[in-house]
Amino acid sequence: MITGTALWYASRATGVVCLVLFSLVAILGIVVNRQGRLPGLPRFAVTGLHRNLSLLTVAFLGIHIVTAIADGYVHIPWFSTILPFTSGYERFWIGVGTVAVDLVAAVIITSLLRDKLKPAVWRALHWLSYASYPVAVVHSMGASKDLRSGWLLALTMATVFGVVTAIGYRVNDAFAAVSRPRRVPLQLAGADKTGGVR
Amino acid sequence: MTPAVRDTAPARANVGAAKLPRLLPASRQPMELEDHLKAHGKTPYRGGPRMLIHTIESADLTGRGGAAFPTHRKLTAVADQKGVPVVVGNGAEGEPASDKDKVLLWSSPHLVLDGLQLAAESVGGSQVHLYVHRHPELLRRLRSALADRATAGLDRIAVDLVTAPPRFLAGEESALASRVEGGAALPRFTPPRIYERGVHGAPTLVQNVETLAHLALISRYGPAWFRAIGTEAEPGSMLATVRLANGTGGVTETAMGTPIAELLKLTQHPAKAVLVGGYHGAWLSPEQAGQITLSNADLRPLGAAVGAGVLAALPTDRCGIVESARVVRYLALESAGQCGPCLNGLPRIAATLTQLADHRSAPSARTDLQRWSTLVDRRGACHHPDGTVRFLRSALTVFADEVALHEAGRCSAGTTEPFLPIPAAAPAYEEDWS
Amino acid sequence: MSERLRVNPILCSGHGLCAELVPEQISVDEWGYPILSDEPVLPRLQKLARRAVTDCPALALTLVRDP
Repeated sequence: MITGTALWYASRATGVVCLVLFSLVAILGIVVNRQGRLPGLPRFAVTGLHRNLSLLTVAFLGIHIVTAIADGYVHIPWFSTILPFTSGYERFWIGVGTVAVDLVAAVIITSLLRDKLKPAVWRALHWLSYASYPVAVVHSMGASKDLRSGWLLALTMATVFGVVTAIGYRVNDAFAAVSRPRRVPLQLAGADKTGGVR
Repeated sequence: MTPAVRDTAPARANVGAAKLPRLLPASRQPMELEDHLKAHGKTPYRGGPRMLIHTIESADLTGRGGAAFPTHRKLTAVADQKGVPVVVGNGAEGEPASDKDKVLLWSSPHLVLDGLQLAAESVGGSQVHLYVHRHPELLRRLRSALADRATAGLDRIAVDLVTAPPRFLAGEESALASRVEGGAALPRFTPPRIYERGVHGAPTLVQNVETLAHLALISRYGPAWFRAIGTEAEPGSMLATVRLANGTGGVTETAMGTPIAELLKLTQHPAKAVLVGGYHGAWLSPEQAGQITLSNADLRPLGAAVGAGVLAALPTDRCGIVESARVVRYLALESAGQCGPCLNGLPRIAATLTQLADHRSAPSARTDLQRWSTLVDRRGACHHPDGTVRFLRSALTVFADEVALHEAGRCSAGTTEPFLPIPAAAPAYEEDWS
Repeated sequence: MSERLRVNPILCSGHGLCAELVPEQISVDEWGYPILSDEPVLPRLQKLARRAVTDCPALALTLVRDP
């Protein structure tokens, strides 16, 4: 029989796994966007990994939520899963988690339907993933004392650092990107220099 | 019950069937509303949608913007769409070598404006725009013409004047739709085509201003009148921008199927080559050009087309490669830069052709140009790469001797003074497309 | 009923996934952009073609039914 304590530990453990997986998914998403390669893997495998890990994250997220609700020791009604700030227990921190779930749900659902949506619509909603990550981190650190000390703190800091670095590259590239009106003149200047013989 | 549509007989004696000019005023003075009403009467509204279309079909009017698409088919296609259509008269004339639309709008604005109203009526449109080159004097004249028409109660739908940026692609259908919507004049990916979903998603009729002027005359004088000049397959008159080898020229109205030699006075002013259609058109040798007429029937077999009616005779003391290199460089800089193949290919083509013109091309220049031409052709969202490739390939064919000379470090030109008009300012900022 | 692959060249940024998944119908030019075959998608490649459409990071690829 699954005891309340076991469910509670399962929720905390799967929460940590979610955070780590989420960080990997975010970093991979940026790798895909930057047309980066992973050694030995074709591009479709990098995209595939990004998608599969995100679905795995959803699976762990599901377990994380179900075990938290099923555990009878604290009261978290099922509708708090999607309605933020409605939980009896730790209303604020659970609420933040719910916000993260809502944002992630929007991203996941639109991505599952991505070939049926207008590209601009899918892209706009996918940007929500940048919002959902910090919200998830805030929830993780606030809803339980686990991540505030010891090796779990170190793990959290490492994964967050990884994501922040990746976002840093992304932002830097965005600033360095050539604006549309400058693309052709730049290409022409480059082509003028190369080729030809003196 | 749909009223029977008949061909209307010529209503006024002074617009004789076989007489030119038809679109341009005979007096060479711009037509004010008073002159227009005296010559042609009020706008002959039919009273409902689609009623004019059969007349236009009998006249076999084709678009004068370059594509020569049958006008009645376009009208029908738009009228058939779900949703209330938007109508846009296209006077952007992004082609530097063409002046006909500007001259037409300047001299006979009321023919264009009549055509706009009649076209809107025939497709059941509720919004009308006139898209014109950003020329202050022309805009002033058009606003004044519109005000006069408003006073006379001629226009059923108010005309919104939209200015076009001075871009080669400004007149491209999807770029036009984007600009009329208030954005930048950048081409879009199609499908859906603009006649299906254009300005703000509405079915949009885009017609060149000259086509609208013809429509305005056909609706008064009938298909038989229209067909009295021109050829059986390509009836009517057209506006051509001619540039003779001695540097003179201008906009002239001529019957479809007029011999090119006559329009360019090739016997008096021999040419090294003839450019037909514009910068997305094709070069022809003087022998080819001298034997044919300005008609798609004669030009298509030679890989050319009437296009926007540009005819330029390259003087014998100019170098075709030097001129073509300038044009291709201009075309490259006018790319919207939205599509990988165009934005990568056109600059490389332009740079190589410039190097060839400057006698410093790499030995691989010809094969590079051929390879890149194939790579960019039909791989953009619009036809800019296709048109550029057509122009380039015709240049390399017609000027093959000059290519060889340049590779050997020589040139046949007596002067490097530019002949074809190339605007100096290249776009550099987002605003340059608005 | 046959289908053809079509790319929106404005959205396409040359990721190249499509060419990896369906090399029989898509190759890549010297600048990394896809060159699509005019031919209809072979039945045995339909699943891969659909995957290429779904996986394109720029959502630039579509499958169009022949009328």
